[in-house]
Amino acid sequence: MIVGADVASVLLGGVAAGMVLFIVSVGLSITMGLMGFVNLAHGGFAMLGGYAIVYAMKVWGLGFVPALVFGFVVTAAGSAVLERLLYARLYKAAELDQVLFTIGLVFIMIAAVTLWFGPENQPVALPAMLQGQIDLGITRYRTYSVVLIAIGIVIVAGLWLGFERTRMGAQIRAAVDNRRMAESLGINIDRLFTATFAFGSGMAALGGGLGAEFLGLDPQYALKYLVYFLIVVAVGGLGRVTGVFYAALLIGVLDFVLKKYLPQGGALFIYALTILVLLWRPQGLFGARA
Amino acid sequence: MRDEHPAARALAGRHRLRPWEPIPWVLALAWYVVFPKHLGFGTEVLVTILFAVSLDLALGYAGVVTLGHAAFFGAGAYTVGMLAKHGVWNEPITSLLLAGLVAAAVGLGSGLVLLRTRGLTLLMLTLCTMALLEETANLGHAYTGGFDGLDSLPIAPLLGVFEFNPLYPRTQYLYVLTVLFLCFVFVRTLVHSPFGQSLTGIRENTLRMHAVGAPVRARLVVCYTLSAAVAGIAGGIWAQANAYVNLGTLGLDRAATVLIILALGGHGRLYGAFIGAAAYMMLSHFLSKIYPTAWQLGLGLLLVAIALFAKNGILGIGAALWRRARPPRATS
Amino acid sequence: MAARPAAPRDIVSVPLLETRALCRTFGAIAAARDIDFRLEAGARHALIGPNGAGKTTFVNLLAGAIAASSGAVLLKGRDVTRVAQAERVKLGLSRTFQINRLFRGLSVLENVYIPVAERVGAAPSMFRPAGRRRDVVDEAMQLLRTLRLADDAPRRVAELPYGRQRLVELAIALGRKPEVLLLDEPAAGVPSAESHIILDAIGDLPPHIAVLIIDHDMDLVFRFADRITVLVGGAVFATGSPREIGSNPDVRAVYLGQAAHG
Repeated sequence: MIVGADVASVLLGGVAAGMVLFIVSVGLSITMGLMGFVNLAHGGFAMLGGYAIVYAMKVWGLGFVPALVFGFVVTAAGSAVLERLLYARLYKAAELDQVLFTIGLVFIMIAAVTLWFGPENQPVALPAMLQGQIDLGITRYRTYSVVLIAIGIVIVAGLWLGFERTRMGAQIRAAVDNRRMAESLGINIDRLFTATFAFGSGMAALGGGLGAEFLGLDPQYALKYLVYFLIVVAVGGLGRVTGVFYAALLIGVLDFVLKKYLPQGGALFIYALTILVLLWRPQGLFGARA
Repeated sequence: MRDEHPAARALAGRHRLRPWEPIPWVLALAWYVVFPKHLGFGTEVLVTILFAVSLDLALGYAGVVTLGHAAFFGAGAYTVGMLAKHGVWNEPITSLLLAGLVAAAVGLGSGLVLLRTRGLTLLMLTLCTMALLEETANLGHAYTGGFDGLDSLPIAPLLGVFEFNPLYPRTQYLYVLTVLFLCFVFVRTLVHSPFGQSLTGIRENTLRMHAVGAPVRARLVVCYTLSAAVAGIAGGIWAQANAYVNLGTLGLDRAATVLIILALGGHGRLYGAFIGAAAYMMLSHFLSKIYPTAWQLGLGLLLVAIALFAKNGILGIGAALWRRARPPRATS
Repeated sequence: MAARPAAPRDIVSVPLLETRALCRTFGAIAAARDIDFRLEAGARHALIGPNGAGKTTFVNLLAGAIAASSGAVLLKGRDVTRVAQAERVKLGLSRTFQINRLFRGLSVLENVYIPVAERVGAAPSMFRPAGRRRDVVDEAMQLLRTLRLADDAPRRVAELPYGRQRLVELAIALGRKPEVLLLDEPAAGVPSAESHIILDAIGDLPPHIAVLIIDHDMDLVFRFADRITVLVGGAVFATGSPREIGSNPDVRAVYLGQAAHG
């Protein structure tokens, strides 16, 4: 009985963390699959969004949910501007230049946030309703984590529906599979890129805000978790919502399980696993073979 | 019958020493004389130059975009460190050769599997390989000193005579300069050889190289392995000069910094490493400790500018200006 | 009527390049269907067909750039169906591309140096300067002379006009001293004022090489080919001498509405 509760709580924690990973990383996977652009600044958008949310709550007194919406919108808008002005100029550039550009961008983001907010961790005040614990039968677990899981499921279902049922979703899927053919079908690629990039960055902001409570929020956030976002995207497969979802859950649960039962070797296991997966399937578990 | 066409002669003479090539070495020796109190900093710059040269082999010539090159630097550093600290072996020159060999082995092993992939997958694999090594070093703290690393490495005097004195790094400086020189001569020879020419071909048009019968992957693996060896030697001399090795030698910070340095100086041009390392370390030395946030902001802006406007770094700008100033001539 | 002396091709010989029932599908699309093809030494063979007929696919199959779904490719009698591109090149097959694949940042001489160095085995050498391999340099220069590119030898390829770049494209393939040469639309994209340099070069190709030319340009085809294969929808539609193909009403029908490119 106690073992069951233990396992359940580890699983719940891992799944909740995985949901946050998914929400942040899904935008990265879609834009990388769509634009073929290595965006190492994606963690920076998550961070900026988190800070925007904290700012809105602390300084303007917005509630948690309105602040999340604010963070999403502000980050999406800002990233759209960046995309049109800067990113678009590098779509055809060499991979090295894309890497350098996005590293530079993330440095700028970190510096900007440090200058404005300072280097300390920014605590996020959860609304009272989401605090505390909830009884799930097998175990009691943190309400917030359970809510995160529910949110994650809603989001992945919504995204899946969006990709399968809407015209824009179909356009994105077509462009991910074959950009030139999509262009020749009359799809406005530029607008699609901007809209997708904005949406992806907005999602990252949402993830940053939602996850700030246990991932923390400080200027190093952008780089600290970047490797995890990249692993989730690479292992899941570029441009695949379901791929990112399963990969994020896998990494989240693994991380939690390893932290509990193998505290020393956890990270090593994840790196080794990533290497093995990518060697076996370079396109990711769910990605399309080039 | 020897072809005396100017193009043939130009190609035949392409490897010859240009008049400005001795300048970096003259400057390095001048530094020794003029700034005896800053030899520690100078040594650090020289090691960074060697590390950047090794990355240039992988990035500028084999075209591998890697964020994990510190894996080889660290492999070399820890080879030297562990051999010395645990009383196994502390003769500097042979330790250094061992460091190069160990790093080459890591490079060969990882290159054989990694170089099957491209793009994000390859980038991730280089990153994860390095992170894997870092975690392994962290876990094996009985041997590696874990997070604290291994300090006060007992390095034997060079050639039995010249002591490595941490307070007066004269021996270190000249030793590192000599190693840098020898390794650079090797890399320069390699780059100007037919092998180097084929690497340039692979970089310029990989598909065509396949179509002219070149064993592309084999060449890339060899280049990557050699690059790893040189990086390992750089790590080894770093450990010897500092009598110290820690996880930072295997860290993303070091790997990203050397990439930035090479981009700043100009990749694929051998001397970009010199300019990039000197410029970066000078700026970093003065700015990063006093105004760390401003330094990061400035660095970020610089990188964005390089990516957008100066893809070939300082040397690229210099070459473009040079080409503009002179009429078109035989390529060299 | 006196007996016609046996033309070299009438003598039964192992063809340099041959395909048997070669097929390639991409999903539901059959890009190559059951192609039987022979190319003998000294041949000047042209492959024509409407757009989308699968000509470039066929060349890619011959060169090994893509794998066959079924059937066989034989090079000098050897089955190379599963053999990689670079290996086929070593066996004596060389090709050019429809769109230039050059080493643009390098000089013309260096562009040709590379395939010659690969062929003579100089390329793996790490310790002598490239320019000191005079055998490679001299052979590259000699090749450039035969193609009348010698004056451009020191210039960066990117600086050349497109017509001369196309000639470098051919020079790279010839640097391998191939026995079989596949030319994918050799004059494509070349302004008509410059196209003669390509045509002259093709005309001057060593007579023992087997050459397959893909092109739309009927003038070029009828000027050089002694044998023509027509490909339609991935399958061989007709094969014969230029006169036979030119007077074939079915071929004309297939081409009706397809303006001959000049």
